[in-house]
Amino acid sequence: MAKTIEEINEKIKKGKAVVLNAEEIIDYVEEKGVKKAASEVDVVTTATFGPMCSSGAFINFGHSDPPIKMAKAWLNDVPAYAGIAAVDVYVGATEPSETEGIKYGGAHVIEDLISGKPVKLKAISQGTDCYPRKEIETFITRDTINQAYLYNPRNAYQNYAVATNSSNRTIYTYMGKLLPRFTNATYSSAGQLSPLLNDPYYRTIGIGTRIFLGGGEGFVSWTGTQHNPARERLANGTPVGLAGTIAVTGDLKEMSSRYIRAAVFEKYGVSMFVGIGIPIPVLDEEMIEFLKVKDEDIQVEIFDYSVQRRSKPSYGKVNYRQLRSGKIKINNKSVQTGSISSYAMALEIADLLKEKVSSGSFELTNMVKPLPLDGEYRSLDILSQEEL
Amino acid sequence: MKKKKLVLSFPEKIVTKPITYKLVKEYDLQFNILRAEITPDVEGRMLLEVKGADEKIAEAMEYLEGVGITIQEAAKDIIIDKDTCVDCGECTSICITQALSLDEKTKRLKFKKDKCILCELCLDCCPVRAIKVNM
Repeated sequence: MAKTIEEINEKIKKGKAVVLNAEEIIDYVEEKGVKKAASEVDVVTTATFGPMCSSGAFINFGHSDPPIKMAKAWLNDVPAYAGIAAVDVYVGATEPSETEGIKYGGAHVIEDLISGKPVKLKAISQGTDCYPRKEIETFITRDTINQAYLYNPRNAYQNYAVATNSSNRTIYTYMGKLLPRFTNATYSSAGQLSPLLNDPYYRTIGIGTRIFLGGGEGFVSWTGTQHNPARERLANGTPVGLAGTIAVTGDLKEMSSRYIRAAVFEKYGVSMFVGIGIPIPVLDEEMIEFLKVKDEDIQVEIFDYSVQRRSKPSYGKVNYRQLRSGKIKINNKSVQTGSISSYAMALEIADLLKEKVSSGSFELTNMVKPLPLDGEYRSLDILSQEEL
Repeated sequence: MKKKKLVLSFPEKIVTKPITYKLVKEYDLQFNILRAEITPDVEGRMLLEVKGADEKIAEAMEYLEGVGITIQEAAKDIIIDKDTCVDCGECTSICITQALSLDEKTKRLKFKKDKCILCELCLDCCPVRAIKVNM
């Protein structure tokens, strides 16, 4: 018995939709079976809360008097890209401050704006006949500016990797601090709660899908960069490594600093924890087959991050249940594991979204265009013009 | 008589046995090894409670520093700022004594102070700097 998104929305409006989070659906299906779950459950909420480096915000400041065409701009000493029109900039999450280095970066600027804190804006310009001002220094908050919205080119990775270190020294990576000689291993995925692992072939998550983004409303705005759906998959559809990604957009002014948090990875750089929640409509039994996926059914590969090359040696695969137990075996050695993304926060977001859908304040959307299911994942080779 | 809690950090090479022996024999100190761990990052750590005469403790500390041991007063704690923590659990992978772990039910970070040996490996691994040292 198939359902349409319109039918599910009718139920949501009446407050009659049955909504579970992606953890609850596992036991529900085990108890009642796929058929019953497909007819009884309308929506399953998924979520993730992890450091997502490929994030940032577009800001329009409004015009000063006399006006300026900003050529270079800084927010709290963090350079923002000003090569778009006169008073539009893009501040990237990983951009470090020119005065404080990686202690404070673009992600902190975004978090401060969300919290309503004042941020110092500095900009310089050549000056033109129509934009005579050559420099400006002022303070802004989210309430003094025209627009501020996140545009994150690559978020919510469909699975990732496990990082470990075989070398004799501690290494500092975007997967955190890795102690020498296989002492620890880190991973980063919400696993059974993760949006794209619950909809592995992107049947319901596509361009135009309304999502929970950083505490406010957001949308999937495009295919994420490095989207690689052709990755090896298990029979349940889940990819074994980095696969699908989404680009997301949402109004920064609606967000909360509980769900967007600046992160600093020691001796590496700045990143940003982004909280994303996506409700998945239970269209039919096939969706339930996907949604019942649990941590032990999702595999991920272990890589040696001490090898400073594009391809790193693999130490085999583990599943997320093993990873969450706190210990895995690598080369017969017991290795402590830790997550870089927060399962607790992902669960909090999934529950929050469940509450919103149940209470009728969050309706589902039909996507406008699906994410591609094929495509090439390219590397950057160093070539001369003739070799192209 | 005085009682002091000290954290000794020593390079892997130093054999600890004669050191502790000397503390008893030559400086007449009573001591209690509360925790000891050789961390894989080329350092050993020992949380020690010493009891003895003021000047003897001072002399013993001088001797220890002379053989290449770094001494810190252990009048400090590792503190987790729960309002800042996002419960990712990265620190749990680095915590050798498993004083830091994720609660099985809530998946939130749990800190068992009595298991902590103040090795401080967790400090710079926290991406939101929620782990602090209280001096």
